[in-house]
Amino acid sequence: MVPRDKALKVYQTMLAIRKFECRVEQLLINDRIYGPAHLYIGQEAVAAGVCANLRNDDFVASTHRGHGHLIAKGGDFKPMMAELFARSTGYCKGKGGSMHIANMTFGMLGANGIVGAGIPLATGAGFAAKVRKTDQVSVGFFGDGAANQGIFLESINIAATLNLPVIYVCENNGYNVNTKWSTIAKHPHIADRALGLGLPGKIVDGQDVTAVYDATSEAVDRARKGQGPTLLECKTYRFRGHCGVWGDPRDPEELANWQKRDPVSLFAKVIISEGLATEESLMDMEMMLEKELDIAVEFAEKSPFPDPKEATTGVYAETNRPFYIKDGKKSSEGTPEENLVSKYWEGSRS
Amino acid sequence: MKQVSYSQAISEAIREEMEQNPNVVYIGECVEGRYGSRSFEMPISESGFTGMGIGAAIAGLRPIVEIMFSDFITVAMDPIVNQGAKIRYMFGGMTSVPIVIRAPFGGYVSMSAQHSQSLESMVSGVPGLKVVIPSNPYDAKGLMKSAIQDDNPVIFCDHKRLSGLIGQIPEEDYNVPIGKANIIRNGKDATIITYGFMVQKSLEAAEKLKQDNIDVEIVDLRTTLPLDHETILNSIGKTGKLITVAEACAPCSVASEVAAIVMEKGFHLLKSPLCRIHSKFSPIPFARNLEEQVLPQVGDIIKGVKNII
Repeated sequence: MVPRDKALKVYQTMLAIRKFECRVEQLLINDRIYGPAHLYIGQEAVAAGVCANLRNDDFVASTHRGHGHLIAKGGDFKPMMAELFARSTGYCKGKGGSMHIANMTFGMLGANGIVGAGIPLATGAGFAAKVRKTDQVSVGFFGDGAANQGIFLESINIAATLNLPVIYVCENNGYNVNTKWSTIAKHPHIADRALGLGLPGKIVDGQDVTAVYDATSEAVDRARKGQGPTLLECKTYRFRGHCGVWGDPRDPEELANWQKRDPVSLFAKVIISEGLATEESLMDMEMMLEKELDIAVEFAEKSPFPDPKEATTGVYAETNRPFYIKDGKKSSEGTPEENLVSKYWEGSRS
Repeated sequence: MKQVSYSQAISEAIREEMEQNPNVVYIGECVEGRYGSRSFEMPISESGFTGMGIGAAIAGLRPIVEIMFSDFITVAMDPIVNQGAKIRYMFGGMTSVPIVIRAPFGGYVSMSAQHSQSLESMVSGVPGLKVVIPSNPYDAKGLMKSAIQDDNPVIFCDHKRLSGLIGQIPEEDYNVPIGKANIIRNGKDATIITYGFMVQKSLEAAEKLKQDNIDVEIVDLRTTLPLDHETILNSIGKTGKLITVAEACAPCSVASEVAAIVMEKGFHLLKSPLCRIHSKFSPIPFARNLEEQVLPQVGDIIKGVKNII
């Protein structure tokens, strides 16, 4: 169960993702933004349910479909929207766009254009936490497509062997771009691969945020206690085509069936029946989010494009910032936490 | 000063940095115990553990990842090229990736086509990476220290044939800066620009050329990304003749890039056409007599120099 004090926040996260993505879709249709944007609509329960278990300093490595993970990990609409508008006030100063959106200040290690490439990054963040003896955990989100990349097996095997504090969250939406899972894989369940790698694997209803929350809660608990990684396979479905507004060749009937289990509506019913909200209060929340999105779009559109001079800056870190212990004393500038975020980055978080 | 081998020099740099910095760790295959509890034994998953190293570098460590033979770097290209090299830039300079990828390379070891290559040019054109290739124990230690302290992904290519090479290094702490070439032999008649094991071959060639009263200068690049344009051009300014020597094949090699830089910025300095000595365009064969045919030999360098003198 999502604890009562967190439930409304979890719902708000899901709704924020839904509203953000619907707005992005509109902006794409109206040609106000360009480039790829893989929409997360339909999968909101996964990001929201997982990240509700995380602390600000825990890590998340994301996928090409990363907006949901960023919002759930603490992302703000304004710099997100600015990034999609390719503006200098974006999270990545307009250099990354949707597919590389990231923010280190709350451990979001980036959306990723290479399928499966976030899995070792999450493993590495978990490895760093273990070596540095922090109690941080790391989450690697990936899709069903990534589960057929070799690096899936390589990374999870390492994490299992070293007992790393990582939670591998497969968002199985059933399709590798437009190809059905059954066309490219014999066995239906990715979670079963955990057995061969020596870690717990669990199939989770990815439309039910309560189920996602509970499964993650257990996995995070294990990870923080030093009991090692977990593989969660969240069965879900995306309610839009693979990318942006490029179209959707899937069976409309299949889509309609999944839409009957819309994760946002399902959880709305739960919190209303629990007396945590009313239909009116949820409408108010929706209105508030729409207003925030209006402000974010306005902020983005009014923000400057990156200075052309910036095109080749930031390729290399200019200085060394060694975290040295000399004569038993720290002589570094900054704490280890500060070391994670370059001083050259002037964040645009409001 | 003290005497150490090339590989001892590298280990000494790593040990010293580990003592200074608790975040330095060593990751690789068959490395258990090499640096005590700071070594992490890995399965044969180059892509997985290189990617893990990059994630760890973003999250606060300074890992050194060893790819047992640089040939296997191809298996880890996605983490290196698409992730490590680009993360800082893609994320608007928000973070950096302080990782060293140590990839022992090179031929003359009878290990045939998949364990003998010089693949430095595959990584020496990737924005975001640095690539260093020491030719002697002094540089090996100094460059490893600089690589570990650098905030960027550094590919450290040590040559397998140099591992036993003995040399003098100072007792005290020192660094060799990344991006700075070294004039390893002064001369006036021609400039050999080279790096790695080819420095030894070039030195041998230089001694033989001396008998014919040909006095060559040898520039050891030490870093192939970024290249030290200034030292390259200064030397060509002095001798007016350029011979590049590289163990890799010719098309798109680091030596080709050196040649292009000299043509572009120092054309007026050249007194004769330049000459590039490379491996032949072939995989590296096993049979010793065939390997000798494919890889550059001292005689090839002498011939190359004499052709343009």
